[in-house]
Amino acid sequence: MEFNYTEEQLALQDTLQRFVSRDYNFDKRRAFASSSLGYSAEAWKQYAELGLLALPFPEELGGLGGNAVDIMLVMEQFGQGLLLEPYLSTVVICGALIRDAAVDSVKQKLLPDIAAGRLKISLAAYEAAGRYDLSYVSCTARQASTGWQLSGRKTVVLDGGSADYFLVSARSGGNTGDRDGISLFLVARDAPGLTVAAYPTQSGARAADLLLENVSVGVDALVGAALHALEVIERAVDRGIAALNAEAVGIINALNDTTLNYLKTRKQFGVAIGTFQALKHKMADMLIAAEQSRSMAIIAAVHADSQDGLERRRAVSAAKAYIGQAGRLVGQTAVQMHGGMGVVDEHIVSHYFKRLTMIDLCFGDADFHLAKFSDTLLPSA
Amino acid sequence: MDLKYSPEEEKFRAEVREFFDAELPADIRSKLQLGRRIAKDDMVRWQKILFRKGWGAVNWPQAFGGTGWNIVQQHIFEEERADACAPPQNPFSLKMLAPVMQTFGNAAQQEYFLPRILSGEDWWCQGYSEPGSGSDLASLRTSAVRQGDHYVVDGQKTWNTLGQHADWIFCLVRTSTEGRAQQGISFLLIDMKSPGITVRPIIMLDGEHEINDIFFDNVQVPVENLIGEENKGWTYAKFLLTHERSGNAGIGVCKRALKKLKQIAAEQLSNGRPLIEDSRFRDRIAQLEMELMALEITNLRVLSTTANQQRGLGPEVSVLKIKGSEIIQQLAELKMHALGHDALPYVREALDLDWKADPLLGAHYHAYAPPITGQYFNQRKTTIYAGSTEIQKNIISQMILGL
Repeated sequence: MEFNYTEEQLALQDTLQRFVSRDYNFDKRRAFASSSLGYSAEAWKQYAELGLLALPFPEELGGLGGNAVDIMLVMEQFGQGLLLEPYLSTVVICGALIRDAAVDSVKQKLLPDIAAGRLKISLAAYEAAGRYDLSYVSCTARQASTGWQLSGRKTVVLDGGSADYFLVSARSGGNTGDRDGISLFLVARDAPGLTVAAYPTQSGARAADLLLENVSVGVDALVGAALHALEVIERAVDRGIAALNAEAVGIINALNDTTLNYLKTRKQFGVAIGTFQALKHKMADMLIAAEQSRSMAIIAAVHADSQDGLERRRAVSAAKAYIGQAGRLVGQTAVQMHGGMGVVDEHIVSHYFKRLTMIDLCFGDADFHLAKFSDTLLPSA
Repeated sequence: MDLKYSPEEEKFRAEVREFFDAELPADIRSKLQLGRRIAKDDMVRWQKILFRKGWGAVNWPQAFGGTGWNIVQQHIFEEERADACAPPQNPFSLKMLAPVMQTFGNAAQQEYFLPRILSGEDWWCQGYSEPGSGSDLASLRTSAVRQGDHYVVDGQKTWNTLGQHADWIFCLVRTSTEGRAQQGISFLLIDMKSPGITVRPIIMLDGEHEINDIFFDNVQVPVENLIGEENKGWTYAKFLLTHERSGNAGIGVCKRALKKLKQIAAEQLSNGRPLIEDSRFRDRIAQLEMELMALEITNLRVLSTTANQQRGLGPEVSVLKIKGSEIIQQLAELKMHALGHDALPYVREALDLDWKADPLLGAHYHAYAPPITGQYFNQRKTTIYAGSTEIQKNIISQMILGL
């Protein structure tokens, strides 16, 4: 076993930390969040220059051939800095999905553009009535003479505000809820018949709802095998979950640092409030939660690409459920121990808390993944 | 032991409900139903309607123009109020300042201020916390120096709720630095129009303006605005806090939130089926409902025991405050979780009554999604304000348990 980062990984971590402290302090972040784009175009350019946008792509396509641990490291810094750019959607989820499932010509066309920061893609896989179930696809794909026609709705597409393309799951066979019959299509934002309603999210980024009305796409828009795309989508979402877990770990550690500092400096009754045993013990619980969460994030990252479906399911769902619960504990306790300072917009604590809360609600909350993990305990699993 | 309401109490409940049905303005009701932003005018309009009915102050004795209702009647009123989606009345005026004024104020103060509170003419806010004095309230430093027939007030109050609407503020001020910190505090009534007062908004984590910093720079306050005796303010302050906390159980509001949660869980779908059919989620609702069942009776037991013994409220209100705040937080959290991904959008305009959702957004989203996540964030304040949960536990362990 090896629990240390490599020298290259440590150098990357250091670069990102310097970037955040120099170019992405709390005030700048606030300005990016309230801009119409909802993130920093300049930062996105810098990520391209640093190679972050090429991290998981194969070297023959100009990528860095990075693995899930590299992504974990980057996402942890996204958490620490509360970075808003659509890295999760474009690189971690859609970029890697295209890398794994698209035909060579599509890969050669899209991946270099993603790596260069010219192209952003979001996954449109959830529907309102399906909650967190990726097999709940009522959006339809009908085969037409020139390709496919897509109709239906997709809800809360992360980073959908700025995406140039969407990867849309649609049903070309079977019934809503069936695992088979789902296909995945690459749809341009300006495709006729596609309406995009974008809005800010509670944690500052931009998401969108999609309405597809007889959207025509060519045969080459199909990504992966027709009727059997669910496995590909689930893998992509699992990688997204592993990345979100790492982001959560970054936030948990940032909240713990901020809270510990507050306990040492805030004085009431003539002493630092950190001298009160009730608060000391809460802080100790937060430290334990942070250590346990980091372990879970590592487990999820290491198994996110596993070929063994059961092993992957257990690792990713256990980590998402566990970190959802730990994030709730740390977020709520950090706010509580900051008192009034914890519930105001001008202090970073509430922003960490809100992002951590939203991470739990993305791709299945703690209860959803507890159920998934719990199901693997059945003898039939 | 009898947990049933008497026929008289049931009759009273029917009368209250009938009144709300007939008199609560539809626009105000809609705002509360949909979780939209309520304005000062909504609360003042409603106070005036209650006043005309003779129900301007349900917790006051009749001698001061209150209803003189007993604990059970007040409980029924509050339950029906929340269920009807009527706004709360200004608690700072009616439930915090008024009991202090009725107990410790002089006749002139009672005769001038109490009718103006009752009629909705005056809006009061609270000046307690300061940047350096939160849980350790007695360390407060805002000073009031006597000069002839005035006090001159200098300092800063913070976490002031809805002071942007206020005509008056009641303040704890330091009139002496000798002896223990508690011994030099006085309770002063200050006109918000006084020169030298500045109100600075503090935006909360849900993006809303609910609280303020208030700065006092050489503010002149007539000595007749002192409540009771100089340097005895700490006694009045604690009396007020006990009254504040007794209202924090918020049974009516919790019951209304539970009803809403069940409605959302019935309408929100999971894999095409109502979320309420998911036993894991349903168990979470059930767990909270059990807590609330217990708290309703605990609340009534505590309040009626106090009333029967004709004594003031005691440290047992800390039990009500801790549990009530935790339950309302957990209800807000479950409502948010019921929404799934729909909890993510932050649509600030959606808090306006005339807001219309983008037709592209789903039907559930129209009805209730926008304010719910913000409410969860906002409700984190309830275990912090009016004495944090940690302070309440100190009170229980010291005053009740003798530890």
